[in-house]
Amino acid sequence: MAVDKKYATPLLDELEKGEWPSFVKEIKSSAETNPMANDLLGLLEQSYTEKKGHWKHGGIVGVMGYGGGVIGRYTDLSEKFPSISHFHTMRVNQPSGWFYTSEALRTLCDIWDAHGSGLTNMHGSTGDIVFLGTRTEDLEPVFNKLTNAGFDLGGSGSDVRTPSCCCGKARCEWACYDTMALTHFITNKFQDELHRPAFPYKMKFKMSGCPNDCVASIARADISIIGTWRDEIQVDMAKVREYADNGTDIVKEIAMMCPGKCIEWDGKKLDIDNGSCRHCMHCINVMPKALAPGKDRGAVVLVGSKAPIVEGALLSSVMVPFIKFEEPFEESELWELIENMWDLWCEDGKNRERIGEFIQRVGMGNFLDAVGLEPQAEMVAHPRENPYIFYEEYFEEGEEVTK
Amino acid sequence: MAQIPVLELADAMYKMVKDTMGMKKWKATDLQKASIEMFGEDKVDKQLCKDAIKELVNNGRLVYTYFGGSYIEVPHVEGAAN
Repeated sequence: MAVDKKYATPLLDELEKGEWPSFVKEIKSSAETNPMANDLLGLLEQSYTEKKGHWKHGGIVGVMGYGGGVIGRYTDLSEKFPSISHFHTMRVNQPSGWFYTSEALRTLCDIWDAHGSGLTNMHGSTGDIVFLGTRTEDLEPVFNKLTNAGFDLGGSGSDVRTPSCCCGKARCEWACYDTMALTHFITNKFQDELHRPAFPYKMKFKMSGCPNDCVASIARADISIIGTWRDEIQVDMAKVREYADNGTDIVKEIAMMCPGKCIEWDGKKLDIDNGSCRHCMHCINVMPKALAPGKDRGAVVLVGSKAPIVEGALLSSVMVPFIKFEEPFEESELWELIENMWDLWCEDGKNRERIGEFIQRVGMGNFLDAVGLEPQAEMVAHPRENPYIFYEEYFEEGEEVTK
Repeated sequence: MAQIPVLELADAMYKMVKDTMGMKKWKATDLQKASIEMFGEDKVDKQLCKDAIKELVNNGRLVYTYFGGSYIEVPHVEGAAN
């Protein structure tokens, strides 16, 4: 369908200049045939001119039975830009590791060309395929076509958000467990929690295959599952010498930058004190042909990170220092721990309080106690700063302390 | 003591939400806590509450909404759509 009405877009045109890809170029391309994309250009130009946004957040639109996956958007200039009076976003649950056939991508695009603006984010910061802009009456038809094609909506609101992972064993030599299989399993196991929001706020799972953490799990997931190992780093000494011969300054580039100060190099032999290793991957990243993670591989489970929105950013804290993830995943003891954490958080968490903020409010010690975890040394980020700590289990009130 | 039927709990939840429409926003856990308080722990548990909410949402009597967090409400036309 050809679009007749065109908008002058002098400010947006500036963003087409240069050799790099431009979102304006993409919207203009879609606007040739799609009235929604065309009106989006007009609205955006007006926003740039006025330095003011013209979007309103909807809160009620969705598909029958689901509480997530659709983010309502309306414009306050619906008379001037009628095609985008509704401009809802749909999140589509991506496959683990973002693997598609070209045919699957064509199917998704055909669905969106027929029912939406034709514009997508591949992928959104949540990891989902994001369909940008459709009308309320098109939500159910899109959903039906998506499910017929084997796709489902992702999470939004106070639910389990779409689980996301790195490409893991599919494309990476460092993966310490099968991130893609675990993500697929978690997506299926927590379908109810994904589509029916029942938490105080959002709950994101992210799976990283190794401590390089390419998907930023430690900073962006309420539950971060990061691959690690518990034996010794594998060393090929001949290859280490090859790196040295080829100009790698092992002392300067590796030993001095090791956070655990556990590496020594005498010009012939590399010594690693594995007991002091922080598993940061730095040495392995610098000499990937010579070093590799150990053979006894699994993952560390951390809880509580979040992006800055609402209360400020947090990093995850260690809950389970090491756990093996092997199929069948159903038998893992992690699920019981997660259910315990959710029960506690649902019972005592405040509205819009992420689980990391909840832990900060009640205190890590109380949290561990309530979910049935014993404190372990690996959970400690740094030595205590507050000297006023009393160890009740050792000293009762009135008890005489002998030196 | 036997649990109450899921449809009976669903009706009670629907009434809670409908009677307080415009005055209180219900989260799923709020409905769960109120239901357990109303009927007692021996007649209603968390799973039954989940099933009742699922029943209500699947047949369209209640819908999930999002205003900062997720809530459960009687279907209505939202102000932003006007």
